[in-house]
Amino acid sequence: MSRIQITFQRLQAEGRKALIPFITAGDPDDELTLPLMRSLIKAGADIIELGVPFSDPMADGPVIQRASERALAKGMSLARVLGIVRAFRAEDTATPVVLMGYANPIEAMGFGAFAEAARQAGVDGVLVVDYPPEECAEFTASVRAAGIDQIFLLAPTSSEQRFREVAQAGSGYLYYVSLKGVTGAASLDFDEIASRIPRIRAVAGMPVGVGFGIRDAETAKRIGMLADAVVIGSRIVQEIEASPRERVCANVETFVRGIRVALDELAGAYS
Amino acid sequence: MADGQHSFPDAQGHFGPYGGIFVAETLMPALEELRAAFEACREDQTFIAELEHELRHYVGRPSPIYHARRLSEKLGGAQILLKREDLNHTGAHKVNNCIGQALLAKRMGKPRVIAETGAGQHGVATATVAARYGFECVVYMGSEDVKRQAANVYRMKLLGASVVPVESGSKTLKDALNEAMRDWVTNVSGTFYIIGTVAGPHPYPMMVREFQTVIGRECLTQMVEGFGRQPDMVIACVGGGSNSIGIFHPYIPFDDVRLLGVEAAGEGIETGRHSAPLTSNARAGVLHGNRTYVMQDENGQVIETHSISAGLDYPAVGPEHAWLKDSGRAEYLAVTDTEALDAFHALCRLEGIIPALESAHALAQAMKLAPGLARDKLLLVCLSGRGDKDMHTVAERSGIQF
Repeated sequence: MSRIQITFQRLQAEGRKALIPFITAGDPDDELTLPLMRSLIKAGADIIELGVPFSDPMADGPVIQRASERALAKGMSLARVLGIVRAFRAEDTATPVVLMGYANPIEAMGFGAFAEAARQAGVDGVLVVDYPPEECAEFTASVRAAGIDQIFLLAPTSSEQRFREVAQAGSGYLYYVSLKGVTGAASLDFDEIASRIPRIRAVAGMPVGVGFGIRDAETAKRIGMLADAVVIGSRIVQEIEASPRERVCANVETFVRGIRVALDELAGAYS
Repeated sequence: MADGQHSFPDAQGHFGPYGGIFVAETLMPALEELRAAFEACREDQTFIAELEHELRHYVGRPSPIYHARRLSEKLGGAQILLKREDLNHTGAHKVNNCIGQALLAKRMGKPRVIAETGAGQHGVATATVAARYGFECVVYMGSEDVKRQAANVYRMKLLGASVVPVESGSKTLKDALNEAMRDWVTNVSGTFYIIGTVAGPHPYPMMVREFQTVIGRECLTQMVEGFGRQPDMVIACVGGGSNSIGIFHPYIPFDDVRLLGVEAAGEGIETGRHSAPLTSNARAGVLHGNRTYVMQDENGQVIETHSISAGLDYPAVGPEHAWLKDSGRAEYLAVTDTEALDAFHALCRLEGIIPALESAHALAQAMKLAPGLARDKLLLVCLSGRGDKDMHTVAERSGIQF
């Protein structure tokens, strides 16, 4: 059983929701990424999504775009991201790490080389924003052979037929994009999300997470009532951007802990 | 020559290993809706008639083929013929595609159009058709380009468009495209994204090609009428590659006609400061929704490009060109900033035509080849646009300030 599966099973047994924070590897610099990952764990993260910076992040809003630019300016690369995961794995064998990024850096490394390096580093899942299932059969086969889950996105524009196709292609969990827009955009339509998530769960055969636009404990809690996992990215990256370097880890930890507490109140309410 | 090539792309938008649909999930249904609407329109006689009417009466088509006699005489070899896309309304081939996509947007009931632009030609053409058909229009333009192309920014505003400066990345065309894509993802239900070149996700490379092949289809007839036969070579510049696909595509089945695509060598391929992914054999990769040749570093990050011509300053190239290169049906070469400028000045002085710097690249290639060829050889050059927009750039290179 994969680390991602084990994590969701444990959470389900505990009646809790998964908290999945996102940070961009190498933002604000690569020495801080590992300490930030530790802070996320201390704050109660269940899975860490680690952004692989790309020069042309078409699906990201301004906050994560700037994080990518900061990271690239300091020389971050896919190979170095894998090095960070390897270092993290040496001290934490339980928390799943999912790489999130774009196709081109992976294509430049090569599918086989990437899958093998990611497996050795201890990567558990990979989400490639610009790989819809129909364009990445060869990549999917490579990562699957390496025992890595490929996580796919579903969107408010996706049809029921599409739910099934994407669920078929993916493993680990499905990631529902909670709004039409880029990462970090405003205004969630909770009614829309509430009507979609049960229909996705009905065909998913795996946990369903929701992300894009979750900004605080209140929205996290409302999403937590609907989904198995809550993904928070831009809001954390904002915290990193706004904090002086020596306060980055502490501020991120405080923010994420607030979300954790809110999500666990939910568990309390149900138990 | 594979017969199958003429029917590319396949149903999923692939040209051999290139093309395809590499976008975030939110856009997948919108691209399918667009493909279906386009497929319906290309078979619809009412749509075709309206498009032809607009191209004739609004754009001013057909554009003539002009025999550049004095230039040819001076070079002393092959005859240089110019397909005069510079004479179109708005001054370039870009408008052919904008009219087509605008009519499609009208059919689809989208009240708002968006576009990306580099030098501003596609932005101006989009703003023009938005005014003509009554769409709200937003044009994304890198903030560096906004500074360099103030006149075109003002033109777009005169035509009623909003111009949004893009501050991310290298603040140029590729970043404008990223930002337009982000707008589309956010406003997908009421917005039509008019991409200006044969790039982007399927169906754009196919659709933009179809709207631009009017260039080559006219040439097929005009060459026979005016010169008694088809040309020996067709030469066009390649940035994203829309004017070149437009003139090449109808010639693909004509095995005796050589197709030459001319990229921007900038300061020279060997300097690394160029915009020539095909000529420099850049690696294949994924950018802006399709797989193609992409100028990138060893880590797969897209690198900054250079050309004196903003319209060629793009790190990738339309996927069909990638395929035409691999299959050998078209050949790709590159011309430096200096060579393009020399051709620019030659055409001004010998023929009284001020070409766009983009088109001057194609012309420069023809001027290199002509002296070595017999006088009865015919080189058909796509003069994709006029050079009024380039006055500042050319003057600056000559040390002149306005």
